[in-house]
Amino acid sequence: MSFNILIAVCLAYVVVLFLVAFVAEKRASEGRLGWLRSPLIYTLSLSIYCTAWTFYGAVGYATRSGLEFLTIYLGPTLVVVGWWLLLRKLVRIGRQFRITSIADLVSSRYGKSNTLGVVVTLLAVVGSTPYIALQLQSVSLSFSVFANEAPVGVHLADINTTALWVAAGLALFTVLFGTRNLDANERHHGVVTAIAVEAVVKLIALVAVGVFVVWGVAGGPADIMDRIQQSPNAAWDPNLGRWISLTFLSGAAFLCLPRMFQVLVVENADERHLATASWAFPLYLLLMSLFVLPIAVVGIGMMPTGANPDLFVLTIPLALDQNALALLAFLGGFSSATSMVIVAAIALSTMVSNHIVMPLWLQANGTGASMSGDVRKVVLIARRTSIAGVLALGYAYLRISGGGASLAAIGLISFAGVAQILPAMMGGIFWRGATRTGALLGLVVGFAIWAYTIFLPSFGGASLLPDHIMAQGPFGIGWLRPQGLFGTYGLDPVVHAVFWSIFLNSCAFFVGSVLTFPAPMERLQGAQFVNIFDHSKGAQGWTRSMAETEDLLVMAQRILGPKQAQALFRTVAQEQGKAGYLPDPEPVFLERLERELTGSVGAATAHAMVEQIVGGASVSVKDLMAVADETAQIMEYSSQLEAKSEEVARAARQLREANDKLTELSVQKDGFLSQISHELRTPMTSIRAFSEILRENDGMTDPERRRYSGIIHDETVRLTRLLDDLLDLSVLENGQIDLTLAHVSIDGMLDRALLSGKPHEASDTLRVTRVSSRPNVVVRTDADRLTQVFINLISNVYKYCDATRPELTLRISDIGDDIAIDFVDNGTGIRGRDQAVLFEKFSRLGDEKAAGGAGLGLAICREIMGRLGGTIAYLPGQGGAAFRVTLPVDATGTQNPPDLKHS
Amino acid sequence: MKEPSNTVFLERKSYRKRRMMDAARVLPLVGVVLVLIPLFWSRGDGGTSAALIYYFGVWLLLIVVAAVLSRRLGDVDAETGD
Amino acid sequence: MDKHVLLIEDEPNIIEAIRFILSRDGWRVECHSDGQSAMEAVRKKMPHVVILDVMLPNRSGYDILSDMRADGATKDLPVLMLTARGQTKDREMAERLGVSKFMTKPFSNAEVLKTMRELVDA
Repeated sequence: MSFNILIAVCLAYVVVLFLVAFVAEKRASEGRLGWLRSPLIYTLSLSIYCTAWTFYGAVGYATRSGLEFLTIYLGPTLVVVGWWLLLRKLVRIGRQFRITSIADLVSSRYGKSNTLGVVVTLLAVVGSTPYIALQLQSVSLSFSVFANEAPVGVHLADINTTALWVAAGLALFTVLFGTRNLDANERHHGVVTAIAVEAVVKLIALVAVGVFVVWGVAGGPADIMDRIQQSPNAAWDPNLGRWISLTFLSGAAFLCLPRMFQVLVVENADERHLATASWAFPLYLLLMSLFVLPIAVVGIGMMPTGANPDLFVLTIPLALDQNALALLAFLGGFSSATSMVIVAAIALSTMVSNHIVMPLWLQANGTGASMSGDVRKVVLIARRTSIAGVLALGYAYLRISGGGASLAAIGLISFAGVAQILPAMMGGIFWRGATRTGALLGLVVGFAIWAYTIFLPSFGGASLLPDHIMAQGPFGIGWLRPQGLFGTYGLDPVVHAVFWSIFLNSCAFFVGSVLTFPAPMERLQGAQFVNIFDHSKGAQGWTRSMAETEDLLVMAQRILGPKQAQALFRTVAQEQGKAGYLPDPEPVFLERLERELTGSVGAATAHAMVEQIVGGASVSVKDLMAVADETAQIMEYSSQLEAKSEEVARAARQLREANDKLTELSVQKDGFLSQISHELRTPMTSIRAFSEILRENDGMTDPERRRYSGIIHDETVRLTRLLDDLLDLSVLENGQIDLTLAHVSIDGMLDRALLSGKPHEASDTLRVTRVSSRPNVVVRTDADRLTQVFINLISNVYKYCDATRPELTLRISDIGDDIAIDFVDNGTGIRGRDQAVLFEKFSRLGDEKAAGGAGLGLAICREIMGRLGGTIAYLPGQGGAAFRVTLPVDATGTQNPPDLKHS
Repeated sequence: MKEPSNTVFLERKSYRKRRMMDAARVLPLVGVVLVLIPLFWSRGDGGTSAALIYYFGVWLLLIVVAAVLSRRLGDVDAETGD
Repeated sequence: MDKHVLLIEDEPNIIEAIRFILSRDGWRVECHSDGQSAMEAVRKKMPHVVILDVMLPNRSGYDILSDMRADGATKDLPVLMLTARGQTKDREMAERLGVSKFMTKPFSNAEVLKTMRELVDA
């Protein structure tokens, strides 16, 4: 067939792609997205995973290693089938935080660290370059196949020239459709639609070749199975290490390749598309792989020895003069290569411009530029230059490496390179403890080991790593041989590189994270990434909503009863147009539920219960406080959250406190009334009993009569005193007393108190010692009230001091600005647990009824001291009972002290 | 949109959904185990064609199960979405 | 008949009054003022009737009553509870614990005498 026809078809195909991209872009800009954002387009766009490596290289791979090529497709299949575990989270994070690339993801997660962004970008560029070179090489090779067939093959004899043209063409296409505008979410509808078309073309092409090979060349599936049995790979001898590490590697690369991240996360228009892709994409991979082994075995059988198995897809139809099929196969390969290069270039250019060029430009210009038109222009230029640069790098790699290595080997090197991002990424979205330092360490270590063990050796010859290092290790240290680290020579080079780079990368990441402390911003971002499903709500947050609603239903059923609760939820669900399902936890619904619950458990409780289920922000208030000094944007978000949760917590706390206090007061009041009743009834009992005795018993002796009337008299006095005390206390507590302030001497008041406090019947047995740090202390206070306190304390010593020879020490001292007067006796003192209730009303301790007090004395003292602006407290550890009265030197007293007592 | 079924209780429905989520989480692990199995088959002649059939069978199984799960897990949104 | 009463009460004046009233009526009156050891005293003295105060040092009258009702030897002893705590819930509490008679302070001497006779005759 004419080489010119090939060129013409090729150009026509490119024009069609341009048109598709253009139309899609136009529709998107007009807002008529429609099928542009269908799950099908999304799934097809994922097919850029299948590059020319798959299209051509898989057959070559199968020829060399049999079924092992499957690992490259089983890895992504497992990842996609497990979308619920991982991809869903990744996509949610990407959408929520408007992630523009994998470098942006890592950088954002670790506190928007640009260093990390730069490292990931470099890693991605270095890792992708061989891959881009591979695509250029495969396109050129396929051209050359036709050129060799063609009568005039002079123009394209040089593979490198072809590659250059292809690179230039692709750069043009990518610049045109990849950098048309700067969309906030970095979606490229034109490009995505074009690659979806290419995905269809490459699938049809490969399947067509496969069908032709199975039914046209061979005699159907049975014959193919026969041929497989007779092929060199018939024996089943899988290399366990390679199978496992390649499956892992392909799964990891599926997540980490910049272009995959671009279509998987950045270009994702709707999370639900993932659900479709979870089975449709594996199906696509299956179809792409189905005919690989048949083509390989047929190729081995019919092609001359020495034919490049990487090109069987193309050369088998050509050899059998199926020109149309060969052309289709060529277009398939062309599609595979171009779609990969285009998306890779877009992804890499985004990363390069966002993480390297822009920061440098902003720094150079000095000003903190906002996203004005000026900067947008710079960004666009940066993107376009980056695209050209990425393709130039690919071309350069092709020239330097000489394109000698087989396609599969180059692809694996690339995979292993980008897989180094995996630990930082996975750790970032599943582990809050991952830190920036850890991520950086892991990336650098992994990158270095990857470069040393597989990337540099891939250049072959002695170009970058001298032979003696390869053979004996650097400085002759055998341990460090690039393909035999720590003596593991026995491993396959790829397995060796993957194992050591990922293992040491993960170790460095983990150890680095554990040993370092994250900055506030990192902690905030970490919490938000890891708990992404707790944060995002609304249409996309249905899992979270459902979980909440289910919890709410469980709670409501307990309180309202299952029937009523279910009826309520069903009604609301129907009102929301979600018949038959749990309703969304919309504010209206929550308010209604709260009202329903209020009827049963009270407003505050209902609110608290609903709030507890719905409102739980995973970022704790403490986290947010720590971040308060960070950027304004974060602060705004956090302060809203913080204010909300704090407000609710405060309200609930206040309610609870008020409730406790009321309950306590009510209990106290009951107790108080019951105490008063008891205290009044006791003397009245004696009075009544003895009055009746006196009235009803005539034959009593005089002493008897005198004694009984004496008792009545004493009990009456006791009753009066009790009433006086109660009144006194009541007046004090209500703040209704008038203080008569004057300058008075403390010593004088103590003298008076010592005289008055002594009971009439007491013999003069109390020994009083007075110790004073300074004599004649004068304070301004109400002398009568203070003396009342002193009297009370001294009479308590008479009543309660149980020493055989009671002693009282009066100590006057300065404590700061206050005067302290201590009353210390030599009795047994007061037990610890009693000290706590000493000043409470009616808190008589033990059996000191004999003392005749109602237990109000110290309560009154406390009230008086409060009025006088001082305090009275029990002073433990003084040997006996000890009370300390403190008052300010200028005790002006207060009519309304701050701590008003309400009881 | 489906007619609301009056016989299905709400909590039963969401209970099923929860279990579907569990299944979706377990599926990749099952897949890993299934992929590993042939690696421990006895080595020798003719095993490759058996492995070929096995792998494509497992692959298809994963696809079918994933399809069923994605329908079950996706339909809540399908109600409100397009 | 030698009518024997144990008075468990801690207020000296009330003890004196009750002792006076009951002695005149032919009762042998013994006293105990501490809550903690009251139960021991009841078991040792085994009176015909026990008069019990509620607010006692160390142990409440309710506890003593409940102990008496749980002890085989004292569970049928008539108990007259005399207390200054006259609220309905106090009476209810006493009745739940199995008190024989419940009277509030201040009491009428005649009524105490009458009740005591009833208790010992029953």
